[in-house]
Amino acid sequence: MISQFFVLSQRGDNIVFRDYRGEVQKGSAETFFRRVKFWKEDADGDAPPVFNVDGVNYFHVKVAGLLFVATTRVNVSPSVVLELLQRTARVIKDYLGVLNEDSFRKNFVLVYELLDEMIDFGYVQTTSTEVLKSYVFNEPIVIETAHMPVGPASIFMHGGKRMPGTAITKSVVANEPGGKKRDEIFVDVIEKISVTFNSSGYILTSEIDGTIQMKSYLTGNPEIRLALNEDLSIGTSDYRGSGAVILDDCNFHESVHLDSFDVDRTLSLVPPDGEFPVMNYRITQAFKPPFRINTLIEETGPLKAEVTIKVRAEFNSSINANTVLVQMPLPTFTARVNFELEPGAVGHNTDFKEANKRLEWGIKKVVGGSEHTLRAKLTFSQELHGNIMKEAGPLSMTFTIPMYNSSRLQVKYLQIAKKSKSHNPYRWVRYVTQANSYVARL
Amino acid sequence: MAPPPSQSQRSPSPSQPSGKSEVSDLKLQLRQLAGSRAPGTDDSKRDLFKKVISNMTIGIDVSALFGEMVMCSATSDIVLKKMCYLYVGNYAKVNPDLALLTINFLQRDCKDQDPMIRGLALRSLCSLRVANLVEYLVGPLGSGLKDNNSYVRTVAVVGVLKLYHISATTCMDADFPETLKHLMLNDQDTQVVANCLSGLQEIWTLESTTSEEAARERETLHSKPVVYYFLNRIKEFSEWAQCLVMELVAKYIPSDNSEIFDIMNLLEDRLQHANGAVVLATIKVFLHLTLSMADVHQQVYERIKAPLLTQVSSGSPEQSYAILSHLHLLVMRAPYIFSSDYKHFYCQYNEPSYVKKLKLEMLTAVANESNTYEIVTELCEYAANVDIPIARESIRAVGKIALQQYDVNAIVDRLLQFLEMEKDYVTSEALVLVKDLLRKYPQWSQDCIAVVGNISSNNVQEPKAKAALIWMLGEYSQEMHDAPYVLESLIENWDEEHSAEVRLHLLTAVMKCFFKRPPETQKALGAALAAGLADFHQDVHDRALFYYRLLQYNVSVAESVVNPPKQAVSVFADTQSSEVKDRIFDEFNSLSVVYQKPSYMFTDKEHRGTFEFSDELGNLSINAESGDSVVPAQRVEENDKDLLLSTTEKDDVRDPGSNGSAYNAPSYNGSAPSATSQPLADLAFSSTSATGQAPASIMAIDDLFGLDFSVGTATTPPPPPLTLNPKAVLDPGTFQQKWRQLPISLSEEYSLSPLGIASLTTPHALLRHMQSHSIQCIASGGQAPNFKFFFFAQKAEEASIYLVECIINTSSAKSQIKIKADDQSSSQAFWTLFQSALSKFGLP
Repeated sequence: MISQFFVLSQRGDNIVFRDYRGEVQKGSAETFFRRVKFWKEDADGDAPPVFNVDGVNYFHVKVAGLLFVATTRVNVSPSVVLELLQRTARVIKDYLGVLNEDSFRKNFVLVYELLDEMIDFGYVQTTSTEVLKSYVFNEPIVIETAHMPVGPASIFMHGGKRMPGTAITKSVVANEPGGKKRDEIFVDVIEKISVTFNSSGYILTSEIDGTIQMKSYLTGNPEIRLALNEDLSIGTSDYRGSGAVILDDCNFHESVHLDSFDVDRTLSLVPPDGEFPVMNYRITQAFKPPFRINTLIEETGPLKAEVTIKVRAEFNSSINANTVLVQMPLPTFTARVNFELEPGAVGHNTDFKEANKRLEWGIKKVVGGSEHTLRAKLTFSQELHGNIMKEAGPLSMTFTIPMYNSSRLQVKYLQIAKKSKSHNPYRWVRYVTQANSYVARL
Repeated sequence: MAPPPSQSQRSPSPSQPSGKSEVSDLKLQLRQLAGSRAPGTDDSKRDLFKKVISNMTIGIDVSALFGEMVMCSATSDIVLKKMCYLYVGNYAKVNPDLALLTINFLQRDCKDQDPMIRGLALRSLCSLRVANLVEYLVGPLGSGLKDNNSYVRTVAVVGVLKLYHISATTCMDADFPETLKHLMLNDQDTQVVANCLSGLQEIWTLESTTSEEAARERETLHSKPVVYYFLNRIKEFSEWAQCLVMELVAKYIPSDNSEIFDIMNLLEDRLQHANGAVVLATIKVFLHLTLSMADVHQQVYERIKAPLLTQVSSGSPEQSYAILSHLHLLVMRAPYIFSSDYKHFYCQYNEPSYVKKLKLEMLTAVANESNTYEIVTELCEYAANVDIPIARESIRAVGKIALQQYDVNAIVDRLLQFLEMEKDYVTSEALVLVKDLLRKYPQWSQDCIAVVGNISSNNVQEPKAKAALIWMLGEYSQEMHDAPYVLESLIENWDEEHSAEVRLHLLTAVMKCFFKRPPETQKALGAALAAGLADFHQDVHDRALFYYRLLQYNVSVAESVVNPPKQAVSVFADTQSSEVKDRIFDEFNSLSVVYQKPSYMFTDKEHRGTFEFSDELGNLSINAESGDSVVPAQRVEENDKDLLLSTTEKDDVRDPGSNGSAYNAPSYNGSAPSATSQPLADLAFSSTSATGQAPASIMAIDDLFGLDFSVGTATTPPPPPLTLNPKAVLDPGTFQQKWRQLPISLSEEYSLSPLGIASLTTPHALLRHMQSHSIQCIASGGQAPNFKFFFFAQKAEEASIYLVECIINTSSAKSQIKIKADDQSSSQAFWTLFQSALSKFGLP
C-alpha cells in the first residue's frame, strides 16, 4: 500500500504528483529530492532506493533519467513497491511509446488517467496494459524521437538494416499514420555479461544474466509458441549432454505455460500487450568472452610510465561491437597523458579525465576478429612510492554487440497460431550482448 | 511558485503554466464555455482542463476555479469527466463547501448506463474526503457493491475503505464490513476479492483496538477455511493480489505437517515467477511454515537460493537491492548454507555502494576454511579501489574474517601488506585491525610488531588509527625498541593533538611503557602527566590525575591497575542482539529487512500499532483448532535457533530415503505428494504434541549441543519463586477467551511514582518498560489522563498464563489492576512481580 506516487525530472520538478491517501505531507517530493541530492554530495554514494525520513518511507527507481517515487508510512514489502514503480514506468512507456520528460509533459493527463486505474487508495488494481486499454480514453500524443530511446533494445535503432526503427518506440494504443496497426511481434534475447579477468588474463568469475523480452503488437491475441534449444538444461539436476546450454536458474512471466517445457523446451503463451520479460535466466557456466584484454603498465623513468592496452575481438567477423568504451583509473599523481593510437585508426577517441584521474578510450565500432592497441605515456607530478600496479586499474570495458549471444541460447522458432492463411504477422527475433561488468585486473 | 519563464518558452506544451494571472484567465474562459453547446466545445474544454491540471501538478493553487470546473463538468465526454474528477478529488478536502456542489452530478453519474462512468463517479465520490458529506456516500456505495459489473464492485470495495477512513462509524453502522466479507468469499472477480481482503484487513485491524469482535473477525481471516479458499484460487489472482494472499498464508499456522507440505507444494512454482515481490512473498510463507521443522527449514534455504540469486541479477538495480537485502538477512542467519556461493557476493565495479556494502558483509559472513583464501584475495583487490569508503569496508572485512577464523596465518600477512601500501586510509584501517587482531591472537605479536614498528607515527592522522598505534606502542613497548621515544615525541606535540581519544590512549600507553622500561620513559611520563593535568578535556584531566595519585600511592599497585596481565579476547561483541535479529526475521519481506531494524524503530505508533500486534501475534499465535493453551511460539523459535546454530542436526534427523522426495519434488511438478510427505512429518516434531513434551525435547537438544538459548532466564541469578517467560506469546483471540472464562483472582489499587507518571506520555512507554520485565502488552489505548492496558505473562517453565487489566489515571497517579490467572495459587506471587515492575517504571 502506498500513500503517494510522483515522478520527478532530473532537476527535481514534479511532472506528475498523485496523492492516494493523504497520509504524507504535501512537501514530500521536495524532502525526497533534497535528500537524494545531499546523499551524493556527502560522498556517501548514491541514495539507496529505499530510505526513511521522519517516519515516511521513500521508494524510488530511475527510469530514462526520471525519478519514479512512492511514499508510505506503513511497513510494506519493499519489493512490491519497487516492482510496482518499475511496472508503472513500463506501462506508461507502452502507452507513450517513448519515455522521457517531454513525452510525459505532453501526456500528463493520460498518465494521471493511467495512475488512477492502476492504483486506488494506494492498493494496486492492475498493471496490465491489456486490461487498462478498456479503462483509459486519452489518446497519446506521440512525440518525435530525435534522440535515442533508453533501454537495452535501443541498439536496434541504428544497428541492423533488418530492423524497423519505429518498433520499440511505438505506442501500443496509438494508430500509425495510415490508420492501420501493423501486426508484428518482437522477441529480444538480451544478455548482460559480467567477466572478471585476473592479472594473468584468466577468468576469475563470469556470469550471464539473460532476458527474453517480448513486445507484441499482434491483433486478436493469438497464442504463441517459442522453442528454445532442445539441449537446454536447468540446474545441474537434468544435465542434457556435453555442449549443452546449462542455466543455473530461470523464471517466467505469469502468462507463460510450461506444459511442454520439460519435454521439448517450448514455451507457450498468449502475449499480453506491451513489453514484458518472457523469461529471465542466469548462467555461470563458462563461456567464451567476446573480448580479450592485455594491459601493461611500466615505469619508464623517474616521473614517467607507459600504459599499453590491447583489445582483441574474439567473435565472428560478420559481427560488430558498438559503443565500446575502455576505462582505467591511473595513479593519483598523473599530471599529463599522451595517447598514441595505431596508424590509420578511425572512430577512436581518447581522453584523460583529470578530475578522477581516469583514462578513457572509446571505439565506435569494433569488427569481429580485429585487434586494437592504445599506448598512453603518463607523466607524474610526484615520484611514485609503492608498486605502480597497485596504483592503477582495474580496467573496465562497456560495449554492445548486436546479433551476438554469449550463451548460445537460441529461439529455434516462433510460432503464431494463425487465424487465416493470409494473416502472417511480422516476427522479429533479435539478439544482443551487453557488458554489465567487464573487468581486467592489473 | 511560478517556474522561471524560460521554461515555458522552451517548451510550449500545455503543461507549462505562465504564472498566477493565468488562474483568473482560466476562470474567465471556463465560464464562457460552461453554458456553451456549440460544436467543438468539448475540445476547447479539454485544453482548458489540461491547463488547470497542469497548474495543479506544479503546485499552483487552482482551487479558485472549483465552481467553474463543476459547471463545465456537465458533459458526456469521458476524458473531460475524468479530468474533472481528478480536479475535484484534489481540492474537495480543502473546500468542503464547494464539494457539496459536486455531489449532485457525481450521484447522478453513479446511476449512469455505462458501468465505466458508474465506477468513475463512485470512485470520485468516495475520494472527496469530506466528513460532512459521508451521508451521500452510503447509498451509492451500497448499490455499487451489488452492481453487476465487476469494475464497479472493485471500485465500491475500495470506496468502503475510503469511507471508513473518513467516518468509521458511518461505515460500521452501514454494516459494510459484513458485505465485504460476503463478497470476499463469494465474488467471481478476483480483484474484487483481493480488494475485500485488503479492505477488511485494514478495517478490522484498526477496529480491533477497541472492539473484541473486530479482533475476532481479523483472526478469522487467518483461519483455515479462509486461507484455503484463497490458496485454491491463487493462480487466478493478479501477481499483486498473490503477494497479498501470501502475506495472509504466512500468518496461518497449519495444524499438522502434511498441511505444511501441501501448501508448499502448491506454492512451489511461485518461486519461478518473474516478479520478485511474488518470489519474496512465497519465500516468507516457506520460511515461516517450516520454523518448527529444522531439517525442512534448511531445505527451504537450499531451495530458495537459486531463485533469489536470479532475482538479484535480473531486473533493475533498485529491485535487485530489495532482494539482496533479504538474501543478506538469510546469509547472516545461516552463513554455512551459502558458503559455496561466495562468488555471487563479489562486488562489480559499477555497483552502487549500498549494494557493495551488503555484499562485503555477506562475503565476511560466509568465509570458512575452504573459501577464505579466495575471499580474502578478492577483498584485497577492493582495498586498492578508487571508491575509498568501499576500500575501507573491504579492509575491515578482511579483519573481521581474520577475527572469526582459526587459521589466520595468511590473513595476517595480507593485513601487514596493507600497512606497506602507503595509502593513508589503508594504513589507518589496517592499524585498527592489527590492534584488534593482537587482542585476540597475542601470539602474532612478533610478526605484527616488526611491521608496525616501521610505521612512522607522523604518517598516521586518523584518530582511531593513531589510538590503535599508541595502544600497540604501550602494550608492546618491551618488543618495540623505540617505543619510549616515539611516545615521547608524541607527548611533545600534545597541544597539537586534537582528539581526546588519542590523548587518553597516550596517557595509558606511556604508563604501560614506564612499568616496563622505567629509566627510558620517566621523563616522557612526567611530561604526559603534566600535560594531562593541564588538559581542558575533563576525561583526560581526570585520567591524568588518577594516574598521578595512583603512582604516588604505590607504583606496583598502579601497575596492577593500569597494566594487569590480559587474557586474549575470544569473541568481540555483536552489535545487534539476537532478539532484534529474530524480530527482523519475523518481519521478513518488509522494510525492516532493508533498514536492518525492527519496525518499531522506524514506524510511528499510529501506523504500526495494530499492524505490529497483528504481525507478532499472527505469526506465532496458536491454531484455533488446537484449542488448548499451549504456547508453541517459544518452541518454534528455539528450534529455529537449533537449525541455525548446528549443521549436524540436519544429518541426524534426516532419513535420506523418505525425506527428500516430498519437498525436493522436481521444479515443474506441481502435484502435491501428501502421502510421501507423511514419513517426514513423523520425523519432525509433531506440532500437536502434548504440552509437556515440547519443552522437554528442547531441553534434550539443548544439552546435546551445549547451547544456551534462554535469553532472560539464564542471566537471572538463583531462581526466584516465580520466573516469567520473556518471550511469551498469546493471540488476542485466546486472550479474550481466557479473560471471559477466568475469574478475577486479584484486584488491587496501586499508586504510581511521580517519575512513572511523568514518563507515561503515551501508552507505548509503559508497554516497552513492562516488556523488559517479561510482561507483554496485548492491547492498550486511551489518552492522558486515562490509559488502559491489557497485559499478559507466562510462567517460564510451563504454559500457565497471567492476564492483567490495568487502568491508570495519570492525574491521580492511581492505577486499578485486575489479575486473572490459569494457576490461581501463584497469582499473589505474580502480583508482587507486576508491582515491582510497575514501581520501576520511569526510574532512570
